[in-house]
Amino acid sequence: MQITSQTFKANSVKALADVDLQRALGNVERGFIDKRQKAVDALPEFDALRDNAVAIKNHTLKHLDLYIEAYVAKVQASGGIVHFAEDADHANQIFLDIARRRKAKTVTKGKTMISEEIGLNAFLEKNGIVPIETDLGEYIIQLRGEHPSHIIAPAVHVNRDQVEADFRRVHVDLDPMRSLVEPEMLLGEARQILRQKYGEADIGVTGANFLIAETGSSVIVTNEGNGDLTQLLGKCHVVLASIEKLVPTLEDMAQILRVLARSATGQDMSVYTTLSTGPKRPEDPDGPEEYHVILLDNGRSNMLGTEFEDMLRCIRCGACMNHCPVYHAVGGHSYGWVYPGPMGAVLTPSLIGVEKAGHLPNASTFCGRCESVCPMRIPLPKMMRHWREKEFESHLQPTTQRAGLGVWAFFARHPKLYRAAVSIAMPLLKRAGGSKRRFTSLPLAGGWTKWRDLPAPEGKTFMQQYAARTNGAGR
Amino acid sequence: MNENAVRHDNPPRVALFVTCLVDLFRPSVGFAAIKLLEEAGCAVSVPTAQTCCGQPTYNSGDRADTRAIAEQVIAAFEDFDHVVAPSGSCAAMLKKHYPELFAGDPAWEDRVAAFSGKVHELVSFLTDVRGMTAVAAAVSGTATYHDSCSGLRELGVKRQPRLLLESVEGLELAELKDAEVCCGFGGTFCVKYPDISNAIVTKKARNVGMSGADMLLAGDLGCLMNMDGKLKREGIAVEVRHVAEVLAGMTDTPPIGGRL
Ligand code: SF4
Repeated sequence: MQITSQTFKANSVKALADVDLQRALGNVERGFIDKRQKAVDALPEFDALRDNAVAIKNHTLKHLDLYIEAYVAKVQASGGIVHFAEDADHANQIFLDIARRRKAKTVTKGKTMISEEIGLNAFLEKNGIVPIETDLGEYIIQLRGEHPSHIIAPAVHVNRDQVEADFRRVHVDLDPMRSLVEPEMLLGEARQILRQKYGEADIGVTGANFLIAETGSSVIVTNEGNGDLTQLLGKCHVVLASIEKLVPTLEDMAQILRVLARSATGQDMSVYTTLSTGPKRPEDPDGPEEYHVILLDNGRSNMLGTEFEDMLRCIRCGACMNHCPVYHAVGGHSYGWVYPGPMGAVLTPSLIGVEKAGHLPNASTFCGRCESVCPMRIPLPKMMRHWREKEFESHLQPTTQRAGLGVWAFFARHPKLYRAAVSIAMPLLKRAGGSKRRFTSLPLAGGWTKWRDLPAPEGKTFMQQYAARTNGAGR
Repeated sequence: MNENAVRHDNPPRVALFVTCLVDLFRPSVGFAAIKLLEEAGCAVSVPTAQTCCGQPTYNSGDRADTRAIAEQVIAAFEDFDHVVAPSGSCAAMLKKHYPELFAGDPAWEDRVAAFSGKVHELVSFLTDVRGMTAVAAAVSGTATYHDSCSGLRELGVKRQPRLLLESVEGLELAELKDAEVCCGFGGTFCVKYPDISNAIVTKKARNVGMSGADMLLAGDLGCLMNMDGKLKREGIAVEVRHVAEVLAGMTDTPPIGGRL
């Protein structure tokens, strides 16, 4: 998928002016936050579960090589095949090879972020293979020719009227008089259309919320059941997953599951938690003939052992974006790639390079709400700051900004000079503020005064006044 | 005089970290802090070798300059019993981020840990350390309170200001919808991304307007200036003040940004 993170600022200005989008974003803010809070309040041990989940993932990441090795052996023992993909192109090529060998014409897909990360849909279409999204949200944005704007609610930016219009545009065989006023009716229609596709598909693709080393299973967590049909009805099941999805045991998965749905949608558990282990066995009534796992690195192993390793704990629950004031304001598309919100602000530069995504870690107020709700206790602001440090070290920030900062730092390090400078500046600034005691526009402060007044200073600085009061006996 | 204030023969020696914004823009907050600290039985000093806590450089990725500033702050403040700042954000910088800045440096680690252990945000220091449960102030009106992010999430400042505000004679408290949501200030964020910052502070200003309060309080001058600037631009007539000014009963001065 095309990366537009570099134009985050312009993207966000456009998003702020988009009335439909702004209306839709209002729902994110109201819905997800309350539901999560209720689920957390109902579970006194929630914080202990988080600690446990963090410990499991930290342990796994420390020994990732060993768990991958164990996982691969188990997948092979159950009759499946694991392919290692270095990057996006490599992963696509592996997929195409499988598809070509099976003479595949259509591919059904349960929701997978990795397929977005590698741009699988566009790649398949280019190669004459039809991808069909089966998750309702994904299906909607596929019809619209868009990309997801949220990692668990991909079409959260689209409103009901828009979906109705899209369905009437595309589903031309259906009765034009049918009613589509209720969300359930939309769901029903999508289901009816998609049902035929599952059986016809040559390959079913799913992502994985977890890969379990102990059993060689891949696990998906969904609410619509589409993932099950995708992986069960296709003749070949391909799992697209990244390396950090590994957990050691079934028990570990169960532990992390307890914080996942609560953080994401406020549910105790998602409706479906489905484990797949290898292809259909002789005694199974149904299931795929082939089972493949494409295990994607795409820059992740470079994060191991660095200040960004903690990010690999992410379980893609979306809580950070649901609670982020910046995400609420500009929506997911502004972030310009697959991963939006605070997790995207850390992950995107890790995966595509900070030169291409440098805006993202800067576009945060550091309010810390993301970290406070992250079930995996990922210190998101701290890691965004690490990205800013990398940018600073490699002189990637605008020169005016850097120069301004340098002046500030110089004065901050020289208290006497600082005192002298501000003692002159502040009274002048007070006088300029006039009787209103504020500025409605101020040269050099246009970023501030574009949208708000700037309160004028009181005049003499605190230090000046204090020195006068204590007769210079400050200390 | 407040009878809850703890009295000692040897009052604790408290150094006031004024914060650059208070020093430059709102000195009255510094004097309110001194008054409150003295009422709480402290001997207050104001070290002159202070400028800024280093957040602007720290959050811009400039660790070297930040460290130099931090070393200067530590040297000027470490000899006191307590270091108190009328800002959750600057207090969190000194308390939580200085240790991160020096992590892995054996020459400094212990020294920084000792220093950071003494740092407090003003209102939580009054209640949690000095045991104050009431102040002697009288201010008439209805106030609403915004929980600034750093104080709230990094230092757990939430009930402390409300506890003391409830004791202010004549003051009504009105709850602010989404009081815990960021105001959009975010240090340099508000000038680097003015349009996004505006979208965030617009919601905040609307909630302040709907609260029915005639006064908006918070513990951080950056957030207060941001919210005041938006309220003024929108013509919403709510006076904006730092919580310390109200707790100290010092509300005869004009509010932040003047009167509408
Ligand atoms: S960073 Fe944390 S809150 Fe955000 S998606 Fe990942 S696990 Fe969830």
